Amino acid sequence: MRQKKKQRKRWIRTFLCFGLAVVWLLPFYWMVRSSLMGMSQIFEYPPVIFPDPVQWENFPEALTRLPFLTYFKNTLIIVVLCVGGILISCSVSAYGLSRVQWKGRDKVFYLLMTSIMLPYFATIIPSFVMWTKMGLTNTFVPLVLPSWFGVGTVSVFGGGMFNIFLLRQFFRTIPKELDEAARIDGAGHFTIFTQIILPLSKPALICVGLFTFLNTWNDFINPLIYLSDQEKYTIQIGLRTFIGVFSSQWHLLMAAAVFAIIPVLIVFLIGQKYFVEGIATTGLKG
Amino acid sequence: MSRQKKENIAGILFSLPAIIGFLAFSLGPMVVSLIMSFTNYSISHATDFIGLGNYAELFSGQDTFFWNSVKVTLLFSAMNVPVCIFTAFLVALMLNSKKLRGRTFLRAAFYIPTILPIVATAMIFMWIMSPDFGLLNAILEVFHMPTSDWIYGNAALPSLLLMTAWTSGNIMVVFLAGLQGVPQELYESIEVDGGGAWAKFWYCTFPHMTPTIFFNTVMFVISSMQAFLPAYIMTQGGPNNKTNFIVYYLYRVAFEFQNIGKASSLGWVLFAMILIVVGALFWSSKYWVFYSDEA
Repeated sequence: MRQKKKQRKRWIRTFLCFGLAVVWLLPFYWMVRSSLMGMSQIFEYPPVIFPDPVQWENFPEALTRLPFLTYFKNTLIIVVLCVGGILISCSVSAYGLSRVQWKGRDKVFYLLMTSIMLPYFATIIPSFVMWTKMGLTNTFVPLVLPSWFGVGTVSVFGGGMFNIFLLRQFFRTIPKELDEAARIDGAGHFTIFTQIILPLSKPALICVGLFTFLNTWNDFINPLIYLSDQEKYTIQIGLRTFIGVFSSQWHLLMAAAVFAIIPVLIVFLIGQKYFVEGIATTGLKG
Repeated sequence: MSRQKKENIAGILFSLPAIIGFLAFSLGPMVVSLIMSFTNYSISHATDFIGLGNYAELFSGQDTFFWNSVKVTLLFSAMNVPVCIFTAFLVALMLNSKKLRGRTFLRAAFYIPTILPIVATAMIFMWIMSPDFGLLNAILEVFHMPTSDWIYGNAALPSLLLMTAWTSGNIMVVFLAGLQGVPQELYESIEVDGGGAWAKFWYCTFPHMTPTIFFNTVMFVISSMQAFLPAYIMTQGGPNNKTNFIVYYLYRVAFEFQNIGKASSLGWVLFAMILIVVGALFWSSKYWVFYSDEA
């Protein structure tokens, strides 16, 4: 009797979860559905639930009205340079802040951590003025260079100092005896870092790389402020322009949105477990 | 050279990228922005120190947008934080069962909206909130309920909550991780005492989760008070300045009106506001956050 009651409860719970998930994914479905409809069908009322006929032409049409391929290429260049920069600079710094015994190390680390509290909108104005004075606005330099000094795109999780924090946290779990054994064999810090620490830290590095990919791919504010030439736009800025130019042509707008989402979805599905673990570690230990 | 000295040099060299980055892209700009906030700096004319002039202009009400933007920002945060924390907590509680079928799928389904580009998310919500052809009004009509203008009308600010709650997956994941730490023995002892699901939640889950709720609240207050993109992409601060958040206003002052000195002072006012609110949260935490190692 009790067993039966428990089983019924479990079914109700599963049902509720899936019901809510359907509601949750509805906006998502609505985007895909709208992206496959013709102009007249999209404005039918009450709304049509399944596109009929499926209009694939929306995609080539939306993607050629604005030079989305150029935007795609620009975004990819920025993303690759940022992911590379963050991985190298953050892992090197995290090594210095965790595996080397130097005077004042922990004080410096806590000082660096305060940058999490500094609001991005207060720093963004002087940074803009600085890059303008150097004549580097409207280039990718302001978008890429900070990442080579451990400064990632601002975001609550996975940006800025969080990368160094996460890597440092991970490096500290690697047994000290490994370093000592290598040192007896005559290895210096550089060898220990590249031969021992990095190979053992693959999960943490993947996590940081994935977050940086997403944050940079999705970044809107920095490209908005720094890029003014159409040919240098990223996908996000292109999408924003699209809203202005083709307002109310919702079938094309939704096709463009689908196009911008696909790479993000692929990356997420590949690295799903790293995301969830990464957020959980920064969240709980932060 | 002694070994310790070598270590000191190596340590600083390894940490150098982060130190330079901190000075050049965080601390440096912060200091510069504080100095700028006492000037009338602008790209177009010579710079003068005007002391507290920018702040006086803001607080005296001479600037007709400022107090409204403070009100809008606080109002939005006061709604956004509880709504998103509550939604994320509820979803996390529902998903927190090892026996739940399709757990991986469900977790991904609730998390995916969080990683989408904000412009794409904004586009989706602009479309489903369309007053004449949108999905939301169509659903409301099916149930014979009054329709709304959503983000395009008077309800613009609360309408944005639908979108922010949809993208609260990061909070949900932190809650899920926190739920793993709730001791299972306590549930069993409550069961022995004849307690039901509510007793389990109220006497066990909730107290053990208060540190996680506190962490999420602090993080989310900070990001809610810095809301910018919904206003920039979806509402342009409107209608009638109902979504004119401080950061959106700051952006316009800096990049549309070219008044960089004043924009910097706006930034510092907001920074002070955030510090006060977070400080108040930390003060309140001793009354409602329970750390099990202290009990």
